[in-house]
Amino acid sequence: MRTLRFNVLSEEELMELPGFPSLDVIEKGKPVAVIECAEKIPCNPCEACCPQGAITVGEDINNLPSLDPYKCTGCGLCIAACPGLAIFVVRKAYNESDALISIPYEFLPLPEVGEQVEALDREGKKTCLAKVAKVRNSKKYDRTPVVSFTVPKEKCMEVRHIRLL
Amino acid sequence: METELAVIGSGPGGLSAAIEAAKFGVKVAVVDENPKPGGQLFKQIHKFFGSEKHKAGVRGIDIGNQLLQQCQDFNVDLFLNTEAWAIFDNGKALGLKRGTDKIEKLSTKKLVLATGAMENSLAFPGWTLPGVLGAGGIQTLMNLHRVLPGQRVLIVGTGNVGLIVSYQLIQAGAEVVAVIDILPKIGGWGVHASKIRRLGTPILTFHTVKEATGNGEVKGAVIAKVGPGYKIIQGTERELKVDTIGIAVGLTPMAELAWSAGCQLAHVPELGGWVPVHNERMETTLKDIYVVGDVCGIGEASTAMEEGQISGIAAAESLGYLKRGKAEELLEERRKGLDTLRGGPFATHTKAGKGKLMKRYYKS
Amino acid sequence: MGLRIKYHPILGEDLRKDMISIEVDGRAIPAYEGEPIAAALIASDIKTLRKTKRIGEPRSLFCARGVCTDCVMTVNGTPNIRTCITPVEKDMKIEKQEGLGNWGEEPK
Repeated sequence: MRTLRFNVLSEEELMELPGFPSLDVIEKGKPVAVIECAEKIPCNPCEACCPQGAITVGEDINNLPSLDPYKCTGCGLCIAACPGLAIFVVRKAYNESDALISIPYEFLPLPEVGEQVEALDREGKKTCLAKVAKVRNSKKYDRTPVVSFTVPKEKCMEVRHIRLL
Repeated sequence: METELAVIGSGPGGLSAAIEAAKFGVKVAVVDENPKPGGQLFKQIHKFFGSEKHKAGVRGIDIGNQLLQQCQDFNVDLFLNTEAWAIFDNGKALGLKRGTDKIEKLSTKKLVLATGAMENSLAFPGWTLPGVLGAGGIQTLMNLHRVLPGQRVLIVGTGNVGLIVSYQLIQAGAEVVAVIDILPKIGGWGVHASKIRRLGTPILTFHTVKEATGNGEVKGAVIAKVGPGYKIIQGTERELKVDTIGIAVGLTPMAELAWSAGCQLAHVPELGGWVPVHNERMETTLKDIYVVGDVCGIGEASTAMEEGQISGIAAAESLGYLKRGKAEELLEERRKGLDTLRGGPFATHTKAGKGKLMKRYYKS
Repeated sequence: MGLRIKYHPILGEDLRKDMISIEVDGRAIPAYEGEPIAAALIASDIKTLRKTKRIGEPRSLFCARGVCTDCVMTVNGTPNIRTCITPVEKDMKIEKQEGLGNWGEEPK
C-alpha cells in the first residue's frame, strides 16, 4: 500500500483491507480483531494461531490476511502472535459510553489495571485519556503482553497505543 | 583435523547447512571466529516473519537456541574462537587459527561459506566521533550486552534495520529523536514504520545528516532537507540534541574468503555488492565450495536458513549420502520455500539479483 | 551505570550479580566478568577508546562485533585488541591506545 511508504494508514484505507471486519460488526459492539496489515510480506502466524480459523492467509503466505468477523471471538491471541504488532481487538459496546481497545504492549513498566493513561493515534498524537481495564501476559504470548483500555466509543478506530502518565 | 563438510560461519545459514547435511550422515565441522555461535540471531529479540517452517512468530534469540540444539542432536562439531584465515586446494583444506595463536589445518571434502555481511558506514563531518555507531552495532550492544550506547538517538536509514533498531532502542529505555532517510519514501515494511510512528517517533524522509557535532563525542546532529539531486536545501538545517547516531544504510557481503579461494564474484547491487556467483544448489564456480545467506545476497535469516538447507542437501548428495531422486525432491521443496519468501514486492530486487547470478554461473 | 539495562521487556531482568574490577588508564572500573571490555567502558561513560595515529582523533565502537577495528585498545600491554569482542578478566589493565600502540622492541 503506497501510503505506508510515506505515512500511516488512514481510516479509509484501513476499511478496505481484507483484515478489517465490516463496519456492521464493529457497530454491533462485540470484541473483534482488526488486522491492520496492508502490505504483501511473507507471513502467516496470525492464520496459524487463530483457534476459530477466523483468519485466512492461504498457500501463498504473501497474501494479506483476511478476517471472517463472524468466526472471530475477539480472544486476542493474534494480537500477540503478529510479528508486525499490527493486530488489535476492538469492543465498541464495552459499556454505555466506552469502547475497549486491546493492543500489544512490549514495554516496561507495564501499566496497572485502573491506571489512567493517554491514548495515542497511529501517528503517536494524544487523542484522549484512557483507563486500563486489563493487562494479560500469558506465556502463550511469548513476551508480548496485551493491554486493554477504555476510550470514548467514537475514538475506537483512531486509538492504537497508550502512553503512561 | 579432518571432516567431510566444513562450514565457515555459525549463523542461521551455516548452522542450517550443517544440520541438514548431518541429518544424512555427513561428518560436519562448523568454525566461527566468535566466542558465541548464532551469527546475528542472538541480538534479534523480535518475532520473525515467514511461515511455521521458517520459525515465524519465534524470536531470533530462540531460533538460535533451537538451531544449536539441533547441531548437538546431529553431532555437528562446533569450533568457536576459530578463525578461518585461508582456503587451500579449491576448498579441500582450511587454515585455522584456534584462540589467539594456535594454527591448524582442517582437511575437508566440501566447504560451505556462510560468512554473512557487515554494516556500511556513512561519511559526513563528524562521522568518526565516539557516539556514531552502526545500527546493528547498537543492536548488539543493547540486546546482547545489555548496555545502551546513549540516551538520545538519531537513526539514519528507514530500511527494516533502522526501523527495528529504533523500536528496540525505545524498548531498552532510550529515546529515538528521529529516523531519517535521504530517499523520498520509507524503505522498510509498513508495519515496522507504523509501530514506531504510534509511539510518536518522527520519520523524516528526504532528509540527510549534514554533520555530527560535539567536542570529542557526539553532542548533536545537524539534519537538513534535500531537494532535487538529493542536494541539501539551504536554510532547512536544524540541530538535534542527540548523543548517539545509528547508521542503517545497508549491508555488504563479506565475500573475501570466496574471492581468495578463487570463486568467481559478480557485482550485483541488488544483492549488496560483490557476491560469489552461484547456481540453484548454492554451488560456486568451484564445485566443492558452496555459499549461503548474506554472503551471496543480503536477505533475511529465513532465506539464509533455506539456502543453508539447500547446500546441506546438495553436499550430502555430492558426498554419496543421498540418492539423486530424493535429493531433487528435497531441493525442490526448499526452492519453493525460497520463492515464497521472495514472492512479495519487497523482494523483487533480490529475485532479480539472484537471477543475474544464476545466468552468470551458467555462462561461466 | 545509567546506560546498563537492568530490566528489559523481552530480555527480562539482568540477573548478573558479581562485579569485578578492571583498570582503565589507572582508574578502577566495575565490570561483569566475561562481558566485552567495550561494554563495560561504555556502561561507565567512557566513550573514547583510542586516538588515531596522524591527527589524534578520538574513536570508539562502530560495528560492535569485531569486523571494523575502530574499538581497539591496549590490553595487558598488548596493543590492537578489539575490545568489543574481548571479554573482561579480573584485574585486566586497559589503556586508551595512542595511534598504533606500543609493540615492544624491534626484532634484531
